[in-house]
Amino acid sequence: MTVLKCHKGIGPKVSGEALVADDNFSARYDLDRIKGIFSRPQHKLAGQSYKDKILVLNTSKGGVASAWMLYEMKSRGIAPKAILFNNANTILAQGAALADMAMCDRFEDGDVTTLIQSGQTVEVDPEAGVVTILA
Amino acid sequence: MKLTDEEQAMLAGEMGEPKRWAIDHQIKVGGMFDAADLVPVSQAHMMADPESVGDAGVSFMEDLADEGARVAIPMITDPRGVDLNYYRPLGQTEEMADIDRRTIAACERMGILMTNTCVNYQTIMPPVLGDHVAYGDTGVVIYSNSVCGARSNFEGGPSALAAGLTGRTPHYGLHLDEHRRATRRFVVREQPRELTDWGVLGAVAGKMAGSYWAVPVIEGLEVVPTSDEMKHLGAAMASYGSTPLFHLAGITPEARTVADVGGDKLQAEEISKADLDALRSSFGAKGDKIDVVVFAAPQLSLVEMQQVAGLVDGKSFKAPILVCTSPQVYADASRMKFVETIEATGAKVLEGTCYYNQYAREVGEANGWKRLLSNSAKIVNILGGYGYQPALASMEQCVASAVVGEIV
Repeated sequence: MTVLKCHKGIGPKVSGEALVADDNFSARYDLDRIKGIFSRPQHKLAGQSYKDKILVLNTSKGGVASAWMLYEMKSRGIAPKAILFNNANTILAQGAALADMAMCDRFEDGDVTTLIQSGQTVEVDPEAGVVTILA
Repeated sequence: MKLTDEEQAMLAGEMGEPKRWAIDHQIKVGGMFDAADLVPVSQAHMMADPESVGDAGVSFMEDLADEGARVAIPMITDPRGVDLNYYRPLGQTEEMADIDRRTIAACERMGILMTNTCVNYQTIMPPVLGDHVAYGDTGVVIYSNSVCGARSNFEGGPSALAAGLTGRTPHYGLHLDEHRRATRRFVVREQPRELTDWGVLGAVAGKMAGSYWAVPVIEGLEVVPTSDEMKHLGAAMASYGSTPLFHLAGITPEARTVADVGGDKLQAEEISKADLDALRSSFGAKGDKIDVVVFAAPQLSLVEMQQVAGLVDGKSFKAPILVCTSPQVYADASRMKFVETIEATGAKVLEGTCYYNQYAREVGEANGWKRLLSNSAKIVNILGGYGYQPALASMEQCVASAVVGEIV
């Protein structure tokens, strides 16, 4: 069991399966939000489902519009459980607050996309600023 | 987070459920960015285009309105996704129009002014030096921070709405002096001449800066840009770099000198003609066929409307032309016959929308538009993500290209 410290985040305590890539995240341009998969061909997770996953990515991109999108995705039940970033931008943090989705960033031990591997089970506690790799 | 008695009452629900939701949202966001408290704001500006809001977002706003939500400060809106007087011809659906109709109704019940504009700093009530505001739309924020000296973070729709309801916003980021100091120092060697040159300069500076927390100070400019030129400079910089603030030494209000913003301690980096040319070269070349010409992103000012009208007057076009402007400018441009002159050529002026956030993907597919030409460095950056092959040229070249159906 590995415990990773990060900055205080947003949203509820959740656990689930990690989906990790050294790539960025734009709700508007990287996703097919109806099917729940990464759709932009250049994205390292292209073709993979993000539904109920703990996404682990480098940073969030995109304009102001994406703040609404996590809420819209969650309302249809096709959304990640949490998103972990090296650095979140303000817009996506605001989106996580509306959607009540777990989001954390700024990990003390370095690049979170190398600290966690796809398929591992992780628990995210945004209030405490702690992510635990369970298995 | 330190809260006043009034803020405590909001959080306890004593001032109604909408304010309780709003301040709770602000405390969550502020917590992630280490805000010590909330800061009063004089205006809020919300992006709520139907494509991103969706049914869930509009239902959320309707619920707030049902619970009696009323904004506490003047609150205005970014462009709509549908021009309700002209959407079927673009291939937009009744479903898209309905989401926008519901958004408008919910916003009006909350006392929000439906300005539907991303050029509010030219047309509504520009903020002033030191003015704390909660603005959405990256182009609006960067212009207001940089040119007006106002203070705003990028506020997504929900956060702008929360600020409108509480009259406050979390006190982090660009509201604080320490995040307004320059972190990069760029020297310009090639003087911009017209709108698109300013957009290209902004795009290159944005790419180099590349982060929300980067603040470029630019020196070497021998001309003072107009408001429209600043608009294109800032919109492109924010689009390419997620950058919310820049300083122009000797021009913008917080940087009478490079040293005023701490730029004298930074190493100067040159933006060369080659850097600018490299950016342009990725967006089309002479002789490329074009499907549509779009003037938007940001919406056109009255002055730009006059320029477009002057350029198109009496011509006919092989490629359709779309022009997006705000409802306020539209009214003036109609009164001065610019709209009539433009539309007499077969071109179309859209009111209260901006092309890239009016279902650009679906509109492109419905009309077979892939090769889009614009004078906006911002729009050509965005639309690549929506299946277009965008090209960039000056306003004059765009009009001349539309005549023959290829880039001249």
